[in-house]
Amino acid sequence: MEEPNAHIFLKPRLESSRAVAIPVPEVNASRCTGCGECGKMCQYGAIVVVKETVLTFPALCNGCGGCTLVCPEKAITEVAHEIGVIEEGRAGRLRFTHGVLKVGEARATPIIRELVGSAACLTVVMDAPPGTSCPVIESVRTADFVLLVTEPTPFGLNDLALAVGMVRELKKPFAVVLNRADAGDERVLDYCAEERIAVALQIPDSRETAEAYSRGELAAQTIPGYRDQMALLYEHVAQEMYA
Amino acid sequence: MKELVVISGKGGTGKTTVVGAFASLAQDAVLADCDVDAANLHLLLAPEVLETHEFSGGKKAVVDAARCTACGTCEELCRFGGPRSGGLNDEGLPAPFTIDPIACEGCGVCARFCPENAIALEEVVNGQWFVSSTRFGQLVHARLGIAEENSGKLVSLVRAKSREVARQSGSSIVLVDGSPGVGCPVIASLTGASAALIVTEPTLSAQHDLQRIGELTRHFGLPALVCINKHDINPRQAEEVSQAAEQDGMRVVGSVRYDPAVTAAMLQGLSVTEYTDEGASEDLRRLWAEVLKSLAALPQRHEVQSNPGGVTE
Repeated sequence: MEEPNAHIFLKPRLESSRAVAIPVPEVNASRCTGCGECGKMCQYGAIVVVKETVLTFPALCNGCGGCTLVCPEKAITEVAHEIGVIEEGRAGRLRFTHGVLKVGEARATPIIRELVGSAACLTVVMDAPPGTSCPVIESVRTADFVLLVTEPTPFGLNDLALAVGMVRELKKPFAVVLNRADAGDERVLDYCAEERIAVALQIPDSRETAEAYSRGELAAQTIPGYRDQMALLYEHVAQEMYA
Repeated sequence: MKELVVISGKGGTGKTTVVGAFASLAQDAVLADCDVDAANLHLLLAPEVLETHEFSGGKKAVVDAARCTACGTCEELCRFGGPRSGGLNDEGLPAPFTIDPIACEGCGVCARFCPENAIALEEVVNGQWFVSSTRFGQLVHARLGIAEENSGKLVSLVRAKSREVARQSGSSIVLVDGSPGVGCPVIASLTGASAALIVTEPTLSAQHDLQRIGELTRHFGLPALVCINKHDINPRQAEEVSQAAEQDGMRVVGSVRYDPAVTAAMLQGLSVTEYTDEGASEDLRRLWAEVLKSLAALPQRHEVQSNPGGVTE
């Protein structure tokens, strides 16, 4: 959502686009008595009462609806505040969909929620954001299987251990893909062995692949042998998922 | 005092490598790791922790099972799918509700409207932050609990504390390792800083990310400097990235060549500028000199202050 890239590689033909909005409060000043109940209710500082005047900050609003419910004068209504779009189309035989967060908006989770909910296919492959916080959790929450892609470096190991903690917390089956497998040391593989984590695929470091990536090419289409490896990986995942 | 935030759009472009090199080259920097989701800077700096603090990013709703009558009001009002029905108990009566802590956003609607007053909002500790000493100066860093939220608030706290440390120690610059993306933690990394250095790569996807992150820095009125990492992977693309950046009002201040020494240094827990003087290390020294020049040329309004009130918010 924040930095969507998959379309650069899959080059889909986008056929439709729809806005994603969250409900934010709008105060009817003529009904408002400045009692301050809404400000007390809001946990995010998105609605504040200063000297009987109500100020709203849509960028901080979580869309919980608390202020509207609590207002004794029924002076608050909810209006749609657009935070991004979802675009859909086709890339060859694939249906393609992605979300794009409006620059300046802070929260991508409502877009992810909507995107996950609308992806109705037998098999859905999601390119998730990095890290382990809200947007990642929202992407992983409904998944049947998770692939964790890492590198054999101290940074890779550190971030992998965090990601493993997250998928275990969410009780999701998962496996590791080790990219640039020969560019570092053994610590990631040792960690996976110790933690009994399956390493589904090791991809060798290759300048050719990096160059193909830089041109926006799918390595599976342009690098000999890459496609076979990806096919093996898909088989591994499919077996785990449908077993 | 100047505050330089190093960001990248997407993860893995070499942001922390650049900050690690700058840390070793700067004379008196205070360092801040604001990639609180997946912090890496400590792996290069081997910090010795001086202070540990707990972080509370917000509240979660908790049901008092003894008072819950399973009326379902909470489930009806919650927009985040937090409340879970307990089904029926052994006697066939409705069992109390529970709240899924991962789904709960701590808005308090359920607690406010529970007719039995059976739900409370409780403050949760969901991270820690540290002040540490390193061989290059003090580092302020943090660890967010697994599957925890509100990283933006933790980022703001780390930045405020690092400015405070810089003021106390008389440092003239705070170097911030920012977060990936354009969302809440990045916004929290950027607002009110002196300038941003965006580390990008000569790839089509990085060019796309750069355009968005450039839009974000413009949105917040922040001068944006750009460094193209691994520029020799695709020189033609590097040239395009460079032109696009300049057209968007960013300033390209340097590029760094692809160099296996970067990974080799990392494996030993060193910044690449400590590991060798050649290759990428040489490029990074030149980049640092350019960045210092650009910072010095910024108008007075880009100076930052530390909050005399401390770091409570």
